[in-house]
Amino acid sequence: MLAVLALVAGCSGEGADEDGGTLTVLAAASLTDVFDRLAERFREEHPGVDLRISYGGSDGLAVAITQGAPADVFASAAEEQMAVVTGAGLAAEPETFAGNVLTIAVPEGNPAGITGLADLAREELTLAVCAPEVPCGAAAGELLEVAGVQARPDTYEEDVRAALNKVGLGEVDAALVYATDVAARPDRVDGVEVPEADSVVNDYPVAVLDDAPNPAAARAFVDLLLSDEGREVLARAGFRAP
Amino acid sequence: MNRETSRVPAPLLLPAALGVAFLLLPLVGLLVRTPWSQLGNQLAAPGVGEALRLSLLSATLATALSLLLGVPLAWVLARSRARGVSVLRALVTVPLVLPPVVGGVALFLVLGRQGIVGSWLDDAFGITIPFTTAAVVIAETFVAMPFLVISVEGALRAADARFEDVAATLGAGRWTTFRRVTLPLVAPGVAAGAVLCWARALGEFGATITFAGNFPGTTQTMPLAVYLALQRDPEAAVVLSVVLLAVSLATLLLLRDRWLGRGAA
Repeated sequence: MLAVLALVAGCSGEGADEDGGTLTVLAAASLTDVFDRLAERFREEHPGVDLRISYGGSDGLAVAITQGAPADVFASAAEEQMAVVTGAGLAAEPETFAGNVLTIAVPEGNPAGITGLADLAREELTLAVCAPEVPCGAAAGELLEVAGVQARPDTYEEDVRAALNKVGLGEVDAALVYATDVAARPDRVDGVEVPEADSVVNDYPVAVLDDAPNPAAARAFVDLLLSDEGREVLARAGFRAP
Repeated sequence: MNRETSRVPAPLLLPAALGVAFLLLPLVGLLVRTPWSQLGNQLAAPGVGEALRLSLLSATLATALSLLLGVPLAWVLARSRARGVSVLRALVTVPLVLPPVVGGVALFLVLGRQGIVGSWLDDAFGITIPFTTAAVVIAETFVAMPFLVISVEGALRAADARFEDVAATLGAGRWTTFRRVTLPLVAPGVAAGAVLCWARALGEFGATITFAGNFPGTTQTMPLAVYLALQRDPEAAVVLSVVLLAVSLATLLLLRDRWLGRGAA
């Protein structure tokens, strides 16, 4: 049995040049659409590289990296989670590549008639925000404080996509999510602009990990992300320039 | 005791020992990493007692609900000769293989505000289920009841049906036979199933956080509190997990002694 486990564990590929081997990218869930698009472009330019992207909550990914998950690139939705990785001496000099702001997501057609943050204090409303432990929740807390709104959440969601899903299902009247998340679900979710949102911008840092099995390809991926082309893909998805 | 052990065939002993190690070593790892000095602080932290109380309450209610619906269902599955019973059996165990998060979404589609039954409840009675403690109980019952049904059905199949036949020939009605003969006969199976069901409900995470959400005091059970603590303070998460483990082990051991007796264990 142990032999089988060792075999399975040893399956991750080896390789170390810009045009070969495996490239493993760990990215925040909110980057899913952008990175999928960039991955297409990357594969065209580097057909020899086996690019694998794993999406998840930034905090979970940061923990995975500190626990020794083999990866080349880490793109986080907030500086705090990147700090966990740099603090452990596993990456140096992260670069900020985008910013994201919060917006109010409502089910299509906005049945509860929400026009701004002040509405989130309405008692009859069913409201979802992210848990304060995750980046979107920390940002939501800050934004509500800046706006001086006493919101009454009914649930603290474990990540931003969980909050968004509840809007998509029509089970909550509103949720505070990233502007990019609303842009990713144009069919089921509408966004309500929040003028105060600019006061709380989440910065997205990216870094090549020190123990990257494939540093050359990792660098090439980060360069693509920081290039004009990467910026354009990010902007189209609703991200701010850093 | 010695005679008992010497009867275990050698080819079984090694895999059995490996099995124990496989199941218990992660627990040992958890205990080794527990910052015991923080135990007091963590237990006193606001919300921990609340989450623990909510967990115990909702798991117990879910088990009660499962007993109420699951034992009759198990009887039907074990005794009915109607066609389609085997299909029914496969269907009621679907929650076992369904990822719990998907189960939570499925519950929304039925009992949510926009759900098939939920929208009617909302319109007719003004009742909304999601994001309430009732939703926690429903999510846990959905995931845990199949464990009870399978245990009880197995016990019913293993039970000697001749006792029921004798009771019938002595003039007992079907309901009396079920109550006075069948149920006592399969009591250990029911108890074992209830324990399994309770344990599964206590650890439930995916369906609960999806369907009931996460709000301290009303829907934040211990597994949810542990998961969120993991994002902020992994040591606190370990302490909370150990507390949950200790409480559940203590409860199960206590119940085993009181309900099942030594013979059944």
